Amino acid sequence: MKIHEYQAKELFKTYNIPTPLGGAAFSVDEACEVAAGLGGWPVVVKAQIHAGGRGKGGGVKLARSAAEVKAVAGQILGMRLVTHQTGPEGRRVRKLLVEQGLNIKKELYLSIIPDRATAKIVIMASEAGGMDIEEVAADTPEKIIKVFVNPLLGLQGHHCRQLAFGLNLPPAAIKSFTPMIQGLYRLFMELDCSLVEINPLVLTAEETVIALDAKVNFDDNALFRHREVLELRDLDEENPLEVEASKFNLNYIALDGNVGNMVNGAGLAMATMDIIKLAGAEPANFLDVGGGANAAMVENGFRIILSDPNVKGVLINIFGGILRCDILASGVVEAARKTGIQVPVVVRMEGTNVEEGRRILAESGLNLITAADLKDAAAKVAGIVN
Amino acid sequence: MSIFVNKETRVLVQGITGKEGQFHARHCAAYGTQIVAGVTPGKAGQRMDDIPVFNTVADAVRATGADCSLIFVPPAFAADAILEAADAGVRLVVAITEGIPVLDMMKVKNYIESRPVRLIGPNCPGIITPGEAKIGIMPAAIHTPGGPIGVVSRSGTLTYEVVHQLTRQGIGQTTCIGIGGDPVNGTNFVDCLSAFEQDPATRGVVMVGEIGGNAEETAAEFIQKRMTKPVVGFIAGLTAPPGRRMGHAGAIISGGSGTAQAKIEAMKRAGIHVCANLGVLGELCREVFK
Repeated sequence: MKIHEYQAKELFKTYNIPTPLGGAAFSVDEACEVAAGLGGWPVVVKAQIHAGGRGKGGGVKLARSAAEVKAVAGQILGMRLVTHQTGPEGRRVRKLLVEQGLNIKKELYLSIIPDRATAKIVIMASEAGGMDIEEVAADTPEKIIKVFVNPLLGLQGHHCRQLAFGLNLPPAAIKSFTPMIQGLYRLFMELDCSLVEINPLVLTAEETVIALDAKVNFDDNALFRHREVLELRDLDEENPLEVEASKFNLNYIALDGNVGNMVNGAGLAMATMDIIKLAGAEPANFLDVGGGANAAMVENGFRIILSDPNVKGVLINIFGGILRCDILASGVVEAARKTGIQVPVVVRMEGTNVEEGRRILAESGLNLITAADLKDAAAKVAGIVN
Repeated sequence: MSIFVNKETRVLVQGITGKEGQFHARHCAAYGTQIVAGVTPGKAGQRMDDIPVFNTVADAVRATGADCSLIFVPPAFAADAILEAADAGVRLVVAITEGIPVLDMMKVKNYIESRPVRLIGPNCPGIITPGEAKIGIMPAAIHTPGGPIGVVSRSGTLTYEVVHQLTRQGIGQTTCIGIGGDPVNGTNFVDCLSAFEQDPATRGVVMVGEIGGNAEETAAEFIQKRMTKPVVGFIAGLTAPPGRRMGHAGAIISGGSGTAQAKIEAMKRAGIHVCANLGVLGELCREVFK
């Protein structure tokens, strides 16, 4: 789960991680109010969306007076902000963060992520802050310091020293850097984060370190023990069909193609998307109904797939194990009757009770096209949409 | 022959009185697996069918000599269940549970590295040595006993698809293992490949990977350097968009790494027979393993 920068900075404050003075604003008037309370100029007005690259897209602007705040806040609020992470359709800006301008001496990079290969927590830092860190990693890997922390032992003093000296911080700044990194590590572990990133972390002319940006993502699997985090979810930032699917425990991701598909199991669902593409068509979605799907889930999955207007054909691929083919077939027939499907549907079933499942489909009187195997199914559905 | 499990394996089921635990314990027992005990705290003395239930894993191990634990405990308590099994001295833990927090699994992984225990999973279908023992949730009927091919995969139903295609080609399996779809898991590809290499009954391996992480690249390196037996590989997720988690917690392309393309290239370089089209995997296996 992702949250906004302003929310991440609120969390930072509770962990004693220094951030610029500032506050969130949902209207131009509020932006002016926040700016007036900061006690000095310039201030920075930042668009709040769940995507990076906001500055380049025109979503971050400097203002040197109350009039300028009013002007730039008016420009940014409501704009469709397009960045390399939003796709060409962009994201509508509904919220702003207004902050004091800082006297920046140097921009640094700092992040914490779990490393899946070593099962350690990795803290990454670089003097090349403010840039795309993936480019830094690719072009000049020597500029990135990596520290591996065993989660059973926690963050040690030598980890902090390695980072501070590696970043060539002046002695005065190390004093504020160490408690900051400790707070950041504690936040990461206590709130089950999947990413904490500060880019840039700035070294000010006064030789303190301040988090100019803040990105915090959470492990979805751990949200059950963090109600306070769940309250930060912003449904405006998510695809409405994906939100709808999540209500029914369906794993749905919207894509650009025109072949809707419904599969049980994530690996098989990805492989089904791949084989649709191989057959010369494009998948319209990823939809994993899971191993324990019932008729109601199948029906809701169907409805969600079909509410995408691009869908010209549907492929259902089920490998019955625990989910028996006869149950699945009944669910499909039921869903087809209720939703009044207007597009051709190809069904490929295999596994437990497959004969009974095929009989139910054949006798339903519905225009369902059965496929002998996966290859046949992909060819049939591609033939329909092309 | 087989790897990790056979008809001698004595299995206890953690969470045996829950809906899933009960259902699958029955299916495993019906297949011939020795299900010798169940564990549900507070239900010691009860029986699930004929299987005695204990309060703790330690009690179950002491009373029945179980050497393997199959876990169906909900995600919030699953890490604790794995640690309990490891401390009770079983040599193999198979964790089916999906949805365990990543930080829980990281702690578990760092702890069990110092214990004489192998963890398979979590978020996996389990392990089966066809004709001998089924320790998991896979449909039994699609498997063919007697080998000579081993299967290792990060996925569930995709593994069933692969095994089904092998069976349809008349190719049996020594052991099939789902190592799980989570970012942090116990047994990895290399552990399984190395065991298959040493197993005299296994003549070749099918390895099924997916986007996310670099486990397939590491496996490819191992195969190139250490394996003499032929390997057929498949990677799911060529069409997956970057930055999105594709159902499995571990299936995500992040920062340009973990793509299907990179994995396929690494596997080809290592001499693995990469199958581009899942629809014809069975045919490819017939050619490679003939």
